[in-house]
Amino acid sequence: MIRLISIFIGLGFTVVVLWAFGNGAYVAATEGLGEETAEHAFHEHAHGPEGGFKHDGVFGKWDTAQLQRGYQVYKEVCSSCHALKYVAVRDLAKLGYTDAEIKAEAASLSVPGIDPDTGEAIVRPGLPTDYYLSPYPNDVAAAAANNNAIPPDLSLMAKARHNGTDYVYSLLTGYSEAPSALKAEFPEFETPEGLYFNSYFPNLNLAMAPPLTTDGQVTYADGTDATIDQMAQDVAAFLTWTAEPTLVERRQHGWPVLGFLLFATILAWLAKKQVWSAVKPRKEAQGLPDGD
Amino acid sequence: MSFPWAKQYTPTNPVMKFFDEKLPLPRLVYDAVGAGYPVPRNLSYMWNFGVLAGFFLVLQIVTGVVLAMHYAANAQVAFATTEHIMRDVNWGWLMRYAHANGASFFFIVVYLHIFRGFFYGSYKAPREMIWLLGVVIFLLMMATAFMGYVLPWGQMSFWGAKVITGLFGAIPLVGEPIQIWLLGGFAPDNAALNRFFSLHFLLPFVIAGVVILHIWALHIPGSSNPTGVEVKDESDTVPFHPYYTAKDGFGLGFVLIFFAIMVFFLPNALGHPDNYIEANPLSTPAHIVPEWYFWPFYAILRAFTVDFILPAKLWGVIAMFAAILIWFFLPWLDKSPVRSGHYRPLFRKFFWFGLIPAMAVLFYCGGAPAEEPYVMFSQIATAYYFLHFLVILPIVSSMEKPEPLPYSITEAVLGSDEKAVLGDNTESTA
Repeated sequence: MIRLISIFIGLGFTVVVLWAFGNGAYVAATEGLGEETAEHAFHEHAHGPEGGFKHDGVFGKWDTAQLQRGYQVYKEVCSSCHALKYVAVRDLAKLGYTDAEIKAEAASLSVPGIDPDTGEAIVRPGLPTDYYLSPYPNDVAAAAANNNAIPPDLSLMAKARHNGTDYVYSLLTGYSEAPSALKAEFPEFETPEGLYFNSYFPNLNLAMAPPLTTDGQVTYADGTDATIDQMAQDVAAFLTWTAEPTLVERRQHGWPVLGFLLFATILAWLAKKQVWSAVKPRKEAQGLPDGD
Repeated sequence: MSFPWAKQYTPTNPVMKFFDEKLPLPRLVYDAVGAGYPVPRNLSYMWNFGVLAGFFLVLQIVTGVVLAMHYAANAQVAFATTEHIMRDVNWGWLMRYAHANGASFFFIVVYLHIFRGFFYGSYKAPREMIWLLGVVIFLLMMATAFMGYVLPWGQMSFWGAKVITGLFGAIPLVGEPIQIWLLGGFAPDNAALNRFFSLHFLLPFVIAGVVILHIWALHIPGSSNPTGVEVKDESDTVPFHPYYTAKDGFGLGFVLIFFAIMVFFLPNALGHPDNYIEANPLSTPAHIVPEWYFWPFYAILRAFTVDFILPAKLWGVIAMFAAILIWFFLPWLDKSPVRSGHYRPLFRKFFWFGLIPAMAVLFYCGGAPAEEPYVMFSQIATAYYFLHFLVILPIVSSMEKPEPLPYSITEAVLGSDEKAVLGDNTESTA
């Protein structure tokens, strides 16, 4: 009885889902598998710079000089719109800055505070414990100043996109005119006023104006030639660090853990062999896999 | 509740004697996972996953309790406290990545454990209760994992919660009030986050309780084995300790190597980048996908695209829940007296060339966007999934001619059993 009910229910589900399949297949056969869109056809996958980054790979280490340069790019270019609200100035110690430098960096920030005498809202110089807050007082102000798009916080950007580090690099170097092939294929596609074409951005039109426009836009303290490509690489590396400051530390802890586990597992295997040697079974008996 | 030849716990140490008289906890452990539990001698590595699932449950509870010390279940700060754990808490990154990947590994080992059960007929008499409790554990795990994924309050947390609780909205008449009641509001917000945190903390202990029942029920008939022939004699078994403690130790080490690779080198590979964007009710992600372990069931949900008497969405919800609930009836749908798929030629074909590919397709399509051709693939696979359990299994089990079984486990392992009577495997096929 239960099996009759079961067969009945099973056939019921099958009929309904195959009916849905038939409908979908009919639509697919008569109208194709959905229309191709410009966003799908001309979106390019993010790629890293030639030679990659020093922190790439399982043995990769931070290039602190590059992270410092990236921080400089962030501070002089990105920070005019974007916050790093999960990064405190004190965190810069991990990039090789000295205490005095960190205090000086902090003091250069303007942080909303309260006057300790009057309780009035004031702007005070930052402390090492302060975070890199948004330059806008609120989201409405941020949207109003940026063609209705709120500049996102960058702390986690390198983890919040597929292939985040490469995405940052590709996006920063990926501004161009819309290719003529795109215009030929999708005549109705256009980049509205106030938006900028970038083939690495999911819907191709991005509200952020090209931030890195000229070589030498930043004068690097270490004398590195500040080409657009170099600045994009440096800030991509820096944002990888802000997204995952423990990246290198994590991998470095991974190796001894793996080594220990490998050793312990070999010991466990030998122990298992030793224990079972007394009741050694015949393998492949009765066509069974591993009769252990 | 055990075989007559099971070893008895005989403490010699005075402290252990004292304990055994006042509170026989050492005896309980000895009989449950020690030398006092005789286990079939022919278990393959597919029998390792129960112990591994237990290990990952404990790991999840330990890491989870530590994380809860640093996390705040408030929609204003939940995302920020998660980042606080990652950045400022000593070893916080290790705790969080171990917990997130631990959930994935828990599901991996439990799926393998379930598939072991499907293939070797572990759900059949006399082990129905073990199976039923196992399905209960799996349902509790799904609820716990879903609510845990909401806690970091990222974009996928928020939209996943919205989509999944939205499923209840498909129920006619009472759906919407139920959805609002579940969430404590019209959309996921502080009320939902708070109750999810509370339940996410509670349910693992409920799981641990059901696991105890699961193991208790296991010890009544004893473990199944790859031949499906029941234990007849002492020569068919070995004591759990040291034989299977040694084997499980090796299995655990082997799995932990892969776990360490994920935690230390690829901690976000199984996650979704959108969950590193703070929840934003005004911005819908392009593709809302649940965690990978829900993909097969998510594909079934989305396979029902056309109204058929009932609305398509309701069909999807019914089918998604039914996809797991039908497992409860498995012991009574598959009436073949032969347990192991090794001796069931027809069942075996449907298993390897039907169920496994269908599950693989559902898994893949559940993670893909809801576009053609993925929807059509998942519709075919969904049809097979229900046919397999509800139609094929009952029919196959009544018409199939099983291959000859070995007389005993001893014969299967050693090639002969001196007690064997030629052609006598009636007990195991009866």
